Amino acid sequence: MGTLNSRANPLASAAEQLRVLSTPDGCAPFEERLRTAGLAPLCATGIRVFQVNVGKLCNQTCAHCHVDAGPDRREIMSQETAEQCTHALAQTDIPTVDITGGAPELAPCFRYLVEESKKLGRHVTDRCNLTVLLLPSQADLAEFLARHEVEVIASLPYYRAAQTDAQRGEGVFEKSIRALRLLNDLGYGKQGSGLKLNLVYNPVGAFLPPKQEAIEKQFRRELEQKHNVVFNHLCTMTNMPISRFLEFLLNSGNYEGYMQRLANAFNAAAAAGVMCRYTLSVGWDGTLYDCDFNQMLELPTGYGAPQHIRDFDPARLHAREIVTNNHCYGCTAGDGSSCGGTIA
Amino acid sequence: MLIRFAELFQDSLKPVLHGGAMDTYYHPADLGKFAEMGKGNEELWDKFLGYYSAVFADGALSEREKALIALGVAHAVQCPYCIDAYTQACLEKGSNVEEMTEAVHVACAIRGGASLVHGVQMRNVAGKLSM
Repeated sequence: MGTLNSRANPLASAAEQLRVLSTPDGCAPFEERLRTAGLAPLCATGIRVFQVNVGKLCNQTCAHCHVDAGPDRREIMSQETAEQCTHALAQTDIPTVDITGGAPELAPCFRYLVEESKKLGRHVTDRCNLTVLLLPSQADLAEFLARHEVEVIASLPYYRAAQTDAQRGEGVFEKSIRALRLLNDLGYGKQGSGLKLNLVYNPVGAFLPPKQEAIEKQFRRELEQKHNVVFNHLCTMTNMPISRFLEFLLNSGNYEGYMQRLANAFNAAAAAGVMCRYTLSVGWDGTLYDCDFNQMLELPTGYGAPQHIRDFDPARLHAREIVTNNHCYGCTAGDGSSCGGTIA
Repeated sequence: MLIRFAELFQDSLKPVLHGGAMDTYYHPADLGKFAEMGKGNEELWDKFLGYYSAVFADGALSEREKALIALGVAHAVQCPYCIDAYTQACLEKGSNVEEMTEAVHVACAIRGGASLVHGVQMRNVAGKLSM
C-alpha cells in the first residue's frame, strides 16, 4: 500500500476528509456532546507537552496511519524551524518534548532537537516505529537515544506477526522484535537502567482497544516468554478516522459503524482529560495545532491563539480554546485515548 | 437429484421472495435495538441487564476469557446477534482470530460430543433388544 498522496487519492486532501467526517449517520456533532457534558468550550489547562512533528517521511506505510506518512513524503522540518522550536521551548518550563512524525529519526533536525531539548533540561520522548533502528543509515541511532536518555515510545500493535504485519507491513513484526532486543541490550526496559521503553498498542481494525492493564499483561507475558523482550509499560491508542485509517473504514464498509461506536462510547471523564488540553503540537512547517490529529486535518490553533511557532506566546496558548471536530470522538471513547494511553 | 432439490428449495423461498426484494429474518441493525425489549417490561429488562453486566465483569475469569466463552456459546446456540457482538468484544478485549477459532471449535466439540455420547444410550437400547 502506498500513501494516499502517492495514489492521488481524494482523501489525501484534508478538506475531503473533513467533508466525510462532517456527515456520520447516527452521531451528534462532537461540539454538541461537549456542551451536553458541560465541557464546552473546551480549553487548554496549561502546556505540559511540546509535541513536535518533524515531518511525514517514514520508512513504513502503515495501514492505520493518520499522518499518511511514507517514503514518498518530502514534508520535513527545516533546521530554521527546528531552531524556532528550541527558541520557543527555552521561554517556558514545559517539561516534556515529544518528537513524532512519520519516522521522526529520519528528519535531519531530529538529533538537534533531542540534544537541544536535553540541554534545556527537558524530558524527551521519541515516537519510534522500531524498524527505523535497523536501517543502515541509522546504525548509531539506538546508542544515540540511550546516550541522551530519550524515552522510546514504540509502536507494536500486537504480540504476533499476523496482526502486526497486517497493519504495518510484511516482516515488520520480526524486525520490531530485533529492534526491541537491540534496545533491551542497551538497557531500555530493564529495571533500574533509567532507560524507558514503552509500547503502543493500536487495534488492528475497526474496534476499540482493550483495557490497558489487561493487554499490557498479555504483551508482557508473550514478549518475554516467546521473544525474550522486556518493556516498561504499554499504552493503548484508539485508531483515529483520519487519512489511511479513514480510507480503510470507508473501503471496508466500517465507517458508519465505527463512528457510531466511538460516539456511543463517549466518556465525559475522558473528554475532560484529553491531551489537547495540555499539549501543543508543532507541525513540520512550524504551524501550531492543538494535537497531531488536528495537524493532519489541517486545523491549526484558533480563537485568536498564535498559529506559527515564530509567534509563540505561552500566555496566549496555555489556556487557549481548542479546535474540535467529529474525529475527536476517537479520543473520548471508552477509557479515552491519548499519546500517553488511556485517560479515564 | 440436484434439479429436484433446487425446485423444492425454490418453493420454500416463495414466502421470502416478493416484489423482487429479498427479506430476511435477521437484520444486523436489530442488535442495536436490544434495549427496546425493556419497553415490554422495564423491571424484568433492568434485572436482566444488571445480571448480564455482573456476569461479564472481571472476576475469577477475566473479561477476555468470558468474552471467548461467550463467543463459543454463541456458536453453540447459533445466535447471529451474539456472534456479531462477541466477535467484536473478543477483539476489543485483546483476543485474536486464532483464539476465537479455537473457541468456535470448543463449541463444535461440545455439540458434537453431546450427540455422540448419546450413542451410549443407543448402544444400551440395542444391547437390550438384541440377542
